[in-house]
Amino acid sequence: MNAKIDDSSGNLIEFREVSFHINDIPEREVISGVSLTVPVGETVVLLGRSGSGKTTLLRLINAMLMPSQGQVLVQGRSTVEWDLIRLRRGIGYVIQEAGLFPHFTVAQNVGLVPTLENWGRCRTAARVGELLRLVGLDPAEFADRRPRELSGGQRQRVGVARALAADPPILLMDEPFGALDPVTRAELQREFRALAQRLGKTIVFVTHDLREALLLASRIVLLEAGRIVAVAAPQEFLRLEHPEVRAFADSLDTGHGVSA
Amino acid sequence: MSPILSDWSFFVEHRAEILEATVEHMALVAMAMLIAIVIAVPLGMFVVQRPGLRAISLGVANIFQTIPSLALFGLLIPIPFLGGIGRRTAVVALVLYALLPILRNTYVGLSGIDPAVLEAAEAMGMTRAQILFRVRFPLALSVILAGVRTATIITIGVATIAAEIGAGGLGTFIFRGVALVSDSLILAGAIPAALLALLADFLLGLLERRLRVV
Repeated sequence: MNAKIDDSSGNLIEFREVSFHINDIPEREVISGVSLTVPVGETVVLLGRSGSGKTTLLRLINAMLMPSQGQVLVQGRSTVEWDLIRLRRGIGYVIQEAGLFPHFTVAQNVGLVPTLENWGRCRTAARVGELLRLVGLDPAEFADRRPRELSGGQRQRVGVARALAADPPILLMDEPFGALDPVTRAELQREFRALAQRLGKTIVFVTHDLREALLLASRIVLLEAGRIVAVAAPQEFLRLEHPEVRAFADSLDTGHGVSA
Repeated sequence: MSPILSDWSFFVEHRAEILEATVEHMALVAMAMLIAIVIAVPLGMFVVQRPGLRAISLGVANIFQTIPSLALFGLLIPIPFLGGIGRRTAVVALVLYALLPILRNTYVGLSGIDPAVLEAAEAMGMTRAQILFRVRFPLALSVILAGVRTATIITIGVATIAAEIGAGGLGTFIFRGVALVSDSLILAGAIPAALLALLADFLLGLLERRLRVV
């Protein structure tokens, strides 16, 4: 029960016939019969409209939610069997509003998991400095600031640094750049793509923005009403005939609607 | 001599007694607040994720608040151990009054935290206890303190009535003044009590602002 996540196995995350009902009420089905594998080192983007179940799918991976039917396996073991704390400390998590702790400094935010894991002060501080540089923030300038003294883009960078702190093999990201202005968003997307390629993490990324999906994904998984309707590499995705794929593709052409 | 001047000279003549009563009053309030905090804050932390217990504890604290203070003092007198005549009964009654504002604010403060922050805390593998003590509690502290501030001001006022059951304090002057129809005596109790309330309000307000995070 105390094993840590390592990336020795081929498929890091696997959904087996997973359904999820709110409060286990069958009529309130959010996810139905989803099967999906995420191999090591891939960036899988879950694409879909609001309410398509993509965030729910993400939260099933780090056991913030438990499946009503089927199994979610992380490193070959069902989330039901994992010690929740161990599982989550091996999975980085970035959300839209960053969710930084307002009473902590930037350094304390980034160093939280290392602190919880008793790394010791020196090692934690060194790691925090390294991570802030990695996400493009000068530690001398930013380490002692509070989240409210940062711009939206800077907060999101800190959020990414915090998720990477204990070097987890898995990174879950729920519309991390969704609340940013278009220029900052594009900047962070480009930087994040480079970072993801360099770090070789297994990433599951939720978005409703097709452009973002095409830019970041090694595989796009399209969800509609709690079901997977298409899985494709980005270069093939736009060629698919499924109506929901077409709906997303049309949003690219008009410049309105789903993509911003 | 004008009435104001006579009041003033009364204050000057009895300054030692007034000071003594003020100190007694402060001790009474401090004791009651300390006990109320020790009970209400942990209770609030305990019930915040337990809706059933929360309704019960807030309900009970609410009932204490609705009993007129003089009646509460009177009701406590015949109760063994807690009651009787004197300071102990007074402290018990004051604690019962102070519970609600502290308990309510502890609950409100702990439950009013940005859901994104709590989600991040949970997803990063913090235990329930770690989330409570390292995230919820520090972020709720200024709201909890606002409850302590309200309770302190109420207690300073209600504590004047405690003199009726022999607990001493500034109320002694007020009750004596009412009995003797002496404005000077009433004011000798009322003015220091009002000043104490203002001072407590100011100092706790200062602390509250310092602890506010966002």
